[in-house]
Amino acid sequence: MTDPLAKSNKRLVGILSLITLAMLGFGFALVPLYDLFCDVTGLNGKTGVADAKAVEASRVDTSRWVTVEFTSQVNGLAWEFRPMQNKIRVHPGEAALVKYYAHNRGLETAAGNAVPSVSPGEAAAHFKKVQCFCFTRQELKAGESREMPVQFLVEYDLPKEVKTLTLSYVFFNADKTQAMTNKDEESNASPG
Amino acid sequence: MATAATAHHDEHPYGIMRWLCTTNHKDIGTLYLWFAFIMFFVGGAMAMVIRAELFQPGLQVVDPHFFNQMTTLHALVMIFGAVMPAFVGLANWQIPMMIGAPDMALPRLNNWSFWLLPFAATLLLGGLFAPGGGPAAGWTIYPPLSVQGGMGTDFTILAIHTLGISSVLGALNIIATILNMRAPGLTLMKMPLFVWTWLITAYLLLAVMPVLAGVVTMLLTDRHFGTHFFDPAGGGDPVLFQHVFWFFGHPEVYILILPAFGVISQILPTFSRKPLFGYDSMVYATGSIAFLSFVVWAHHMFTVGLPTAGELFFMYMTMLIAVPTGVKVFNWVSTMWRGSMTFETPMLFAIGFVFLFTIGGLSGLMLAIVPADFQYHDTYFVVAHFHYVLFSGSIMAIMGAVYYWLPKWTGNMYNEAQGKWHFWLTAIFFNITFFPQHFLGLAGMPRRIPDYALQFTEFNVWSSIGAFGLGLTQLLFLYIVVRTIRGGKKATDRVWEGAHGLEWTLPSPPPYHTFATPPKVD
Ligand SMILES: [Cu+2]
Repeated sequence: MTDPLAKSNKRLVGILSLITLAMLGFGFALVPLYDLFCDVTGLNGKTGVADAKAVEASRVDTSRWVTVEFTSQVNGLAWEFRPMQNKIRVHPGEAALVKYYAHNRGLETAAGNAVPSVSPGEAAAHFKKVQCFCFTRQELKAGESREMPVQFLVEYDLPKEVKTLTLSYVFFNADKTQAMTNKDEESNASPG
Repeated sequence: MATAATAHHDEHPYGIMRWLCTTNHKDIGTLYLWFAFIMFFVGGAMAMVIRAELFQPGLQVVDPHFFNQMTTLHALVMIFGAVMPAFVGLANWQIPMMIGAPDMALPRLNNWSFWLLPFAATLLLGGLFAPGGGPAAGWTIYPPLSVQGGMGTDFTILAIHTLGISSVLGALNIIATILNMRAPGLTLMKMPLFVWTWLITAYLLLAVMPVLAGVVTMLLTDRHFGTHFFDPAGGGDPVLFQHVFWFFGHPEVYILILPAFGVISQILPTFSRKPLFGYDSMVYATGSIAFLSFVVWAHHMFTVGLPTAGELFFMYMTMLIAVPTGVKVFNWVSTMWRGSMTFETPMLFAIGFVFLFTIGGLSGLMLAIVPADFQYHDTYFVVAHFHYVLFSGSIMAIMGAVYYWLPKWTGNMYNEAQGKWHFWLTAIFFNITFFPQHFLGLAGMPRRIPDYALQFTEFNVWSSIGAFGLGLTQLLFLYIVVRTIRGGKKATDRVWEGAHGLEWTLPSPPPYHTFATPPKVD
């Protein structure tokens, strides 16, 4: 192999290896990019958070009604978990309070994290929670039951074509996911 | 003096060490091709298990969990074990001879890229013997199912890492060879199309194999190290996996087909005795297909709940790929138009490819239509579609390539009558196997399920009989190849009357080292 050829091979392979490493980095970068994309567009059913001030300042559109439906699921817990009302009607911009009921039917104390999701996707960004049991980890002793409130606001500028929203919670076993770092917990709570 | 020099030139170690330590592109090409051939039979045997179970409704032959392992491994073995290594083997044998280079640019690296493969295959298949069995979540290993699987899934993930490293190293080598080692005068736009398609494929490999490595790594850490990339309980999202996976997955399907386009573009002109029609447009079409392949991935995910704007974007982008693909088919047909055609076995495979691959392309277009895909998604229609592009596309092109270049590699002609039998049996059994699956899919039979409703029985019987025939026919292929290696009518240097290109200027079989002094191309 002549020397200039060896040199240019080395250079080319260097550049190509850099491309490969960059693409490996890009693969991992897709994770935060995806979260960012979903945050910005409100796709993927991820909901927002509003504080009490925003609720007071919010205008109410009394000219239309929106139906909000509630569903629930349990994953990895011996809990009964259900909404205490199947649906309510609200005006966009008006805060509402609903309750879920949770009961630990197991023989041991267990803790859960509730993860919310709203459909249709284009409405999720307009669904803001003021207070929610999903912000924190919930612990229930064996046989204990609790009512869990959610205060939320469907924003004034919800697209006109959306007439019905569905809020769904999945209660996951928090101890099975205990290895979760604190950072994860925050990012879990804030969009939740 | 001259004879002594040549004799020395042709010396190589004998026995196992020749193959373990070889840095010769022809030896490594041979290793790749045999490895692919073995994996083709392993994956084929798995397909036989699948078709045996689906011969009748109900559960007869295997239990559902094993069935799922078969569907998963059949795909992984065929994609990563058979088709990709076969194309790399063809590249190793042919690219240096087609561009007038003495060897690949990085011969030692070349040895290593090959010898990673047997380890990867052992890991992949070893999963079958692990507690809990092999991977059973489908070759796409979607979470949350793949997060729950047994140790076999971890074996698969590590096998994918190893295969990924092997393909990336192979791709580096191919790019360096093509860009730096062409004979003087052989400009890029004079390269044979097989070399062009491989150059573009190699770039695709560099771009997406690392992304696959990344996403399966995340899966591995989700399984064992408490991360929650794909677990909603920890703030992750299983749909994210699908996005990243298919960002790899769609370009991957072009990795599997672009070198086949190259092969066909070599064979058709030879047996039509005319230069390839529209060479430049072939090159640009290949480039556009590669480029578009990065912006269509979500057509595999139309039913996950994408927003309408997203579905429209991915639908139109996918349909756009039909344009450069159509250009290619048009050029192939025009190459044959008014050519003085003869129908030797490689040509039969090439024409079969153009015919059947186009059917697969058209069913792909049907799947690209969002509202139609809602019905076809995860049915046998999809299975029929990708076997038309992968079997009658990639694999028939590989078979054509083997018949086309085997006389050059071995110096012996294969038996033409047997070759023709192989082609016709393959083409007929292939269609008996997969054509009815279109109807099954349209009627709603879901894929990856070991049982089915009674009304699907008849087409499944056809499909299974076709599959058994298709499998047996490939033993004939093995027989033909082995017989040709062992002897037969001597091939001339040019082998085919209408063949053009540097590889045909070499003796058949070519000496161990070729083009030590680069040829002149004008
Ligand atoms: Cu695709």
